[in-house]
Amino acid sequence: MAVDNMKTNKVVALNALEKRRFRTPWQEAWGRLIRNKAAVLGVVLIVSFLFIAAFANVLAPHNPLQLNSGKDFLPPSWIETSASGKHGDPEFILGTDTLGRDVLSRVVYGSRVSMMVGFAPTLIIMLVGTFVGLMAGYYGGRWDNFLMRLTDVMYGFPDLLFFIIALISLRDTWLGQFMNGLFLLFFALAIINWVGVARIVRGQALSLKQKEFVEAARSIGVKDSQIMLRHLLPNALGPIIVQGSFLIPGMIITEAVLGYLGLGLKPTTNPDAFFITSWGSLMLDGQTSINAQPYLLLAPAICVALVVLSFTFLGDGLRDALDPRMRGRA
Amino acid sequence: MSAYFIRRILWLFPVLFVVALITFSLMHAAPGGPWDRDLSSRQVDAGTQKVLNAYYGLDKPLWRQFTAYVFGDVSSTTDKFVCGLVCGNLGPSYRVRGSTVQDILFKPPKGKGFEYSRFGYSLRLGLISLVFAIVLGIPAGIFSALKQNSLIDYLSGFISSVGISIPSFVMAIFMIIIFATTLHWVSVVPKSWDEAKAWVLPAAVLGFGTLAFATRLTRASMLEVLRQDYIRTARAKGLHENIVVWRHMLRNALIPVVTILGPALAGLVTGSFIIETMFSFPGMGRAYVTAISQRDYSMILGTTLLYVLMVSLANLSVDFLYVIIDPRIRLEE
Repeated sequence: MAVDNMKTNKVVALNALEKRRFRTPWQEAWGRLIRNKAAVLGVVLIVSFLFIAAFANVLAPHNPLQLNSGKDFLPPSWIETSASGKHGDPEFILGTDTLGRDVLSRVVYGSRVSMMVGFAPTLIIMLVGTFVGLMAGYYGGRWDNFLMRLTDVMYGFPDLLFFIIALISLRDTWLGQFMNGLFLLFFALAIINWVGVARIVRGQALSLKQKEFVEAARSIGVKDSQIMLRHLLPNALGPIIVQGSFLIPGMIITEAVLGYLGLGLKPTTNPDAFFITSWGSLMLDGQTSINAQPYLLLAPAICVALVVLSFTFLGDGLRDALDPRMRGRA
Repeated sequence: MSAYFIRRILWLFPVLFVVALITFSLMHAAPGGPWDRDLSSRQVDAGTQKVLNAYYGLDKPLWRQFTAYVFGDVSSTTDKFVCGLVCGNLGPSYRVRGSTVQDILFKPPKGKGFEYSRFGYSLRLGLISLVFAIVLGIPAGIFSALKQNSLIDYLSGFISSVGISIPSFVMAIFMIIIFATTLHWVSVVPKSWDEAKAWVLPAAVLGFGTLAFATRLTRASMLEVLRQDYIRTARAKGLHENIVVWRHMLRNALIPVVTILGPALAGLVTGSFIIETMFSFPGMGRAYVTAISQRDYSMILGTTLLYVLMVSLANLSVDFLYVIIDPRIRLEE
């Protein structure tokens, strides 16, 4: 009986071992990721912000452009009397701004810009950076030299300064008018950041192309493009994804800073526009009344902080999941 | 090794030149001239514009304007050679009439020392926040590594991950609302920047990100060192714990921390303009933001170049320092 029991135990253990062995590295990484509470929390928050951004027109309680005369400078609804002697109105949960526009609705609409600015340039950057990085790392030579010299110059130019200068000087041209200035912002962000991705991919490609499996592939006559696509890219994908997840919060912060300086998206009064205002420009508006109406500043500031924290949590989680050796490092 | 450093220093010049070229061409890509942008005030008539353009050399071809900006050119009004960027001449400001960009940035008010110039104010703020970040961050990192998984470790871990991810200007908003508008410990706009109290909030906000990063990095590199064989050996031969920590661990653990000082200093320099604006700090950063809103193109161009120079110098000096403190590093390339 005891022997039998031991035998079945052994079989179960072997089965478990077998099952574990058949998990792909991606499945294992996924397992590590969903065990990371902070990362899961980050994903939940990001998904909810994406939801809010997509359905802003349904979720916003008021029209973000509607001026409610006589109801300007209202404090949030839970505050009885504000510093300026106004009473909270349950109709405007987060109060109203200088012109009597509903703060909550404006913040809800502002999420669209931040989400868009987080994902759209990052996607372009990843595609361009990966392509150039693979080419430079695999072929070396002139491509590689050019990339390296380019990064040297780019690293000397503080990113934020470049964005400011590009946005100021081009904002009155057709490029700056397109999509209310958002296109120029995406363009500037992408131009600076693809270099970093390319450098990482290049490093990966350089070390991977020395490996035996690449040599084996080459010896049986696989084309260069196939080697890059089938052998190098999947193996370099981990660091690329991690880099991407850390790029997104950087983009969102940059957009908020630029919006705060009055650059980037031009707030519009066109009710049909998809992007009406951004968190950065909301903070710029709120800055003038920081003493009397701190809520105007607080609402967008908390949103920026939450989104950025979520992406950082997710990025940390992805890094730990995709590269367990990096666990707990800075 | 000296060849490496000479190459690095020489490499600064092409970088600055390319940055100047990019900035200059972007500035000139903007439609219109510097005299017809300010729609809020009275427009400059065509005749005056022509005189102004001739005076500032804006009627010359673009390449000539660029070489005039970088190297200098013969002035068309006085027939004297005016040296350009290479002599530290950043050109006249288009908005603050009668003063040059370098006057605005470096000239202190009458009867005051250099530290009261805009640049001096910014430099002081940057250094104070760097000291703040190092003095608090490194001990916090050491302590959390030595007491790994203790309550203090978790607390400092939480604070540093918040500090790394929350952008400094959002942090500034929270701080101003907590300490200035709610608790009234400091005033939002201080009467005088001679009081030490007024500096606390801007310096703390500016240095917080660096503080968080220094804490994290120190902790990680301490944990790495803790597991090394030579630490076990030091303990096994009966050395006092203090000596093990101070002489064996810290010396090795702090090397990677030095590497972040360059980017950190650069971050403090370039990150300062938002913070300076929020706290109405009389430094270079706020002058830059003002120039942006007034579209004072020569001021923007000059300040950008100054920022780039400072960032490159910070990175360079840290690389020097790194080689000096870590004899294992060989820079052959």
